[in-house]
Amino acid sequence: MRTATRVTLLCIGLLLEAGKACAQQPLRWGGDAEGGAPFVEADPANPARVRGFDVEIAELLARGLRREPQFVQVAWSSIESSVERGDFDIGMSGVEDRPELRARHAVSLPYFEFREVLAVRHADSARFRRLTDLAGKRVGTLGATQAYQILLAEQARTGLVPVSYDDDVHPYSDLLAGRLDAVLLDHIIAERSLRRIGGFVLEPEAVATGHYVAVLARANTTLRDSVNDILRTAMRDGSLERTFRTWAVWDDAQARHFARVLSDTARAAATGQSTVTSVAAYVPALLRALLVTVLLSVLAMAIAVVAGAGIAAGRVYGSRISRIILTSYVELMRGTPLLLQLFVIYYGLSSVIRLPAFAAAVLGLGLNYAAYESEIYRSALQAVPRLQLEVARTLGLSELQIFRLVRGPQALRFALAPMTNDFVALLKDSSLVSVITVVELTKETAIYATNIGSWVVPGLLCAALYLVISLPLARYARRLERRWRGSVA
Amino acid sequence: MRGLRVEHGTRVIVSAMNLDLAPGEVHALMGVSGVGKTTVLRALVALQPFSEGTVMIDDVVALRPGPVPRERQLRALRRSIGLVFQAPSLFEHLTVLDNVTLAPLHALGATRADAETAARRLLEELGVASRADALPRELSGGEAQRVAIARALAVDPGILLMDEPTSALDPARRGSLGQALRQLARERGGRGILVATHDVEFAQSYADRVEVLAGGEIVEEGPAAVVLGSPTHPATRDLLRHGEKNNPTHEFNE
Repeated sequence: MRTATRVTLLCIGLLLEAGKACAQQPLRWGGDAEGGAPFVEADPANPARVRGFDVEIAELLARGLRREPQFVQVAWSSIESSVERGDFDIGMSGVEDRPELRARHAVSLPYFEFREVLAVRHADSARFRRLTDLAGKRVGTLGATQAYQILLAEQARTGLVPVSYDDDVHPYSDLLAGRLDAVLLDHIIAERSLRRIGGFVLEPEAVATGHYVAVLARANTTLRDSVNDILRTAMRDGSLERTFRTWAVWDDAQARHFARVLSDTARAAATGQSTVTSVAAYVPALLRALLVTVLLSVLAMAIAVVAGAGIAAGRVYGSRISRIILTSYVELMRGTPLLLQLFVIYYGLSSVIRLPAFAAAVLGLGLNYAAYESEIYRSALQAVPRLQLEVARTLGLSELQIFRLVRGPQALRFALAPMTNDFVALLKDSSLVSVITVVELTKETAIYATNIGSWVVPGLLCAALYLVISLPLARYARRLERRWRGSVA
Repeated sequence: MRGLRVEHGTRVIVSAMNLDLAPGEVHALMGVSGVGKTTVLRALVALQPFSEGTVMIDDVVALRPGPVPRERQLRALRRSIGLVFQAPSLFEHLTVLDNVTLAPLHALGATRADAETAARRLLEELGVASRADALPRELSGGEAQRVAIARALAVDPGILLMDEPTSALDPARRGSLGQALRQLARERGGRGILVATHDVEFAQSYADRVEVLAGGEIVEEGPAAVVLGSPTHPATRDLLRHGEKNNPTHEFNE
């Protein structure tokens, strides 16, 4: 009996401790501080902290739940997949409400209404008032957003050219630089950019409206309901309005939106696309992106081969000065990130030469890979036995003839297999060019995945498309290696 | 060559070396391994600089002391002197026929038809015509050696230098190579042939004259029968003794 009493007391103790631990568990919320104010930004006074209206809403939710808020940095495009895999409880940071999101996750009520607005240069303000005025024109926006979907729909209708960006700063600088004719983005982002860099106007007529929501894991409906209760209370008692006023984003539209939300508690259930429908809808876009990837890789490789051969020849045959210059080039290109080189070529040099995005991508990849190719060719040239060159000299061939007829062809045999491997690597590295607005296979897949809220089908499709190209090439490289292994040993 | 001095770093390979090669003569430049025979041949085809002396062809100075001249200054020399290296070093990416026609086509500007006709005739003379379409890796050591000779002869040089041509041959192949050299020496109004070798038997059988290289100079020279039949210098006697003990046919790799 005494033992039973002890066990009972122990169990009660443990339950109390567990309850306490639960109460003290922080509310982990994910957002992207790179998105900046007024959503989430690093506090200039203390960069270890974040601030913004999403930060304040997270704090409001944590208070309502009697938990401590804890910020988790996550890339904006990964918020949905991260929340689903349990990296944090709630994802916020200007997350846009859309049917696919509601089909795959638990989603809060919409706490803010934004307008998609067109930004155009001053000179164009009269002629580009709405999207229909922009047929055949280049319009930039963030990839995988509602605005991008609007532009894609308009592309099919009028031939407008959507240009996808990974950040919300460069669309506006490219608008001023003349690379774009307009930018379509949320009015909050547009107004922030107008204050920061100016030089353009926002058309008053909104293209569309949308809503920001908090996203939770699909199974986390209990927390979602609590979040909705807290948000409704905050809408009623004015605390949410105060937050938005603090960040200067409150307007009449929000007041009307709050009233609608509070009167419409039974929001219509979302209808998501089935996987089969979504695959069928995205396959043409993925195939187009695959074509971009292949074209980009082939052209970049052509530059890499020609420039690489020139660099290698210069390093093997050139003067000391040319060897120093070429070696410096190779080390610079190999020692700095390709991403940085792409930024410099596309944005850094835009005041000197304004390259189209595709040309900048081809050039950036080509010049980067030329450094790697040159090393392959240099070692291949040096692998040709000296005796072969001496024999050619005693036969009366000039140095150029020796290079063309004896050394080059033999070096090519050493180089061909590693060159093929490099092409496969380039094919995969071409995914980096999305940072300068080229939508290739990986970027298109990311857009697809973000839109449907899952990486499983898009990821498998994307991998299959890459493998369709890279596997035969790898096989070809192995065959070449086998065939020539004995012939130049 | 007159008063040739070749150095390798601080080491003197040969000094004050004289050698006259008359048309139609086969000379054997003999010496133990490492004595500098190959270096002398390389100096004669401007692959190796020399510090003193001159190389003359038909009484005209072809090479002077100093750094190796640029290739464009060596055109006359390249057409006059051919060298067959110890290792055949055929161009691995070309067929036998293409190896032999390469220099006539690109260095002499011959037409393809002429170059191929001449190349097939040379391959026929050297007994490898049937391998014209083979790749070097498909040839035996002896076949490769003969193709290398055909390639050197394709530009029709008046002087042919050969470095240890018998090192990869069995006795039968050595004999046929010797006969071929004698034939080549008689062609085109007399061709001078200088063979660097430590193969005493080969030199005795096929050379007209012998120069023995030791300690950086020619220590004994004269008709092959005299120098190798009644050697006067200890180095020559050593060479003969060494040659009997260490016949180069042991390196046979047919």
